[in-house]
Amino acid sequence: MSNGDSAVLAIGTKKGLWLADSPDRRTWNVTGPHFLMDEVASVAIDTRGGRPRILAGIMNWHWGPCVVHSDDLGATWSEPADGAVRFPEDTGEALARVWQLQPDSEARPGVVWAGAEPISVWRSTDGGGHFELNRPFWDHPHRSEWGAGFGGAAAHTVLPSPADDSMLVAISAAGVYRTDDGGGSWTPRNHGISAYFLPDPNPEFGQCVHKAARDAGDPRRLYAQNHHGVYRTDDGGDSWISIADGLPADFGFVMLAHPTRPGTIWTIPLKADGERIPPDGHPAVYRSTDAGGSWTRLDRGLPETDYNAVLRDAAAVDTAEPAGVYFGTRGGQVFASADEGDTFSLVAGNLPDVLCVRAGMVSAEPG
Amino acid sequence: MTAEPVRLLLPAALSAAAGGRRELECAAGAGLTAARLLDGLAVDYPRLERRIRDEAGRLRRYVNVYIDGEELRALDGLASPVPPGAEVLILQSVAGG
Repeated sequence: MSNGDSAVLAIGTKKGLWLADSPDRRTWNVTGPHFLMDEVASVAIDTRGGRPRILAGIMNWHWGPCVVHSDDLGATWSEPADGAVRFPEDTGEALARVWQLQPDSEARPGVVWAGAEPISVWRSTDGGGHFELNRPFWDHPHRSEWGAGFGGAAAHTVLPSPADDSMLVAISAAGVYRTDDGGGSWTPRNHGISAYFLPDPNPEFGQCVHKAARDAGDPRRLYAQNHHGVYRTDDGGDSWISIADGLPADFGFVMLAHPTRPGTIWTIPLKADGERIPPDGHPAVYRSTDAGGSWTRLDRGLPETDYNAVLRDAAAVDTAEPAGVYFGTRGGQVFASADEGDTFSLVAGNLPDVLCVRAGMVSAEPG
Repeated sequence: MTAEPVRLLLPAALSAAAGGRRELECAAGAGLTAARLLDGLAVDYPRLERRIRDEAGRLRRYVNVYIDGEELRALDGLASPVPPGAEVLILQSVAGG
């Protein structure tokens, strides 16, 4: 960490949002809840341009979903009067939940992507104040055949490329789709990913991708944790190979990539889809520094026993050196590592189910 | 002669979206329906209207609306007439955990 920077952690739960900050990523000041009783399924900390903005996709079971943002690290929140994400009238649809808020690269300031339920991709050019539906994806001819994951039918992962106009979107259960023209057209990219739960285990689409992440060094290299199966592609998704050897289980929801070091990734295995718990009840993070060729178990500082799962967006990395690794459990515990996963410490406990975690480095005095 | 306005009563959870108020007066008129009442609300209090009705125009599942004590869904839904002087009560349903 450079002098003057502090880490900010946003923790979205089933019943509210908590924020935490730390000068050293070891001791944390936790505040909240914000939006108590609202489900916070997505959160982003956009640090581009030196002005941190926190975005949150919240959903109240009575009053519906919305996207809010804060430019003062949670002291105040803004909700656009006309709503940030609204389906156009001709679709006849209404937003159910925003699953993903993803700031684009530094080269595209102000651009923020959203993945939502019903399955849709949205683009904002004003930093997340207003989003526009991506029509080619909405009108995709495969739409009627896309399945729904247990949590709902959503585009849960949006990965814009910093190198070009390509982007990867992951859907449970439809698999991975890629655009090469900034969202003008979309093609399934699932070759090599097994859909063992379908009559044809190798369909063009229909796979249940739980999370995907892009390599820090090669934008065409990506990693995916699936509903059974852990994979890597070196060609932007044209073909995928298994990198599950060395893991105690190939089921799970998390996939994280190092912010700057190529080939370094983390996942958090769960035993199986029928037993969505850490293998034998012993939680651990697994790290690979060779793009999935081998894996190292990391559990120092974690409870010896925990039967709670970690959901797809309840894990994150920051951009410090060495990188911080964070995750929260369905049991409401949040852990942080300031040394890339070698050791973890508890940030907060006894929260509601953790749905999403994001971390960012901000200047001590945001300008 | 101006029709007696409609009184819209809000739960505490919605007061922030109505400028801190728990009660609003809405203009009444011939042919006013619940849908048109909410159309008018969307102009002055868009955040409030969005919490009652989604962008496809459907009443949110766990929101109950009563017109002079009668539940909207037991009437004619959003097409239900709202007479001058009516009391329209918005309540969250008993749901959740």
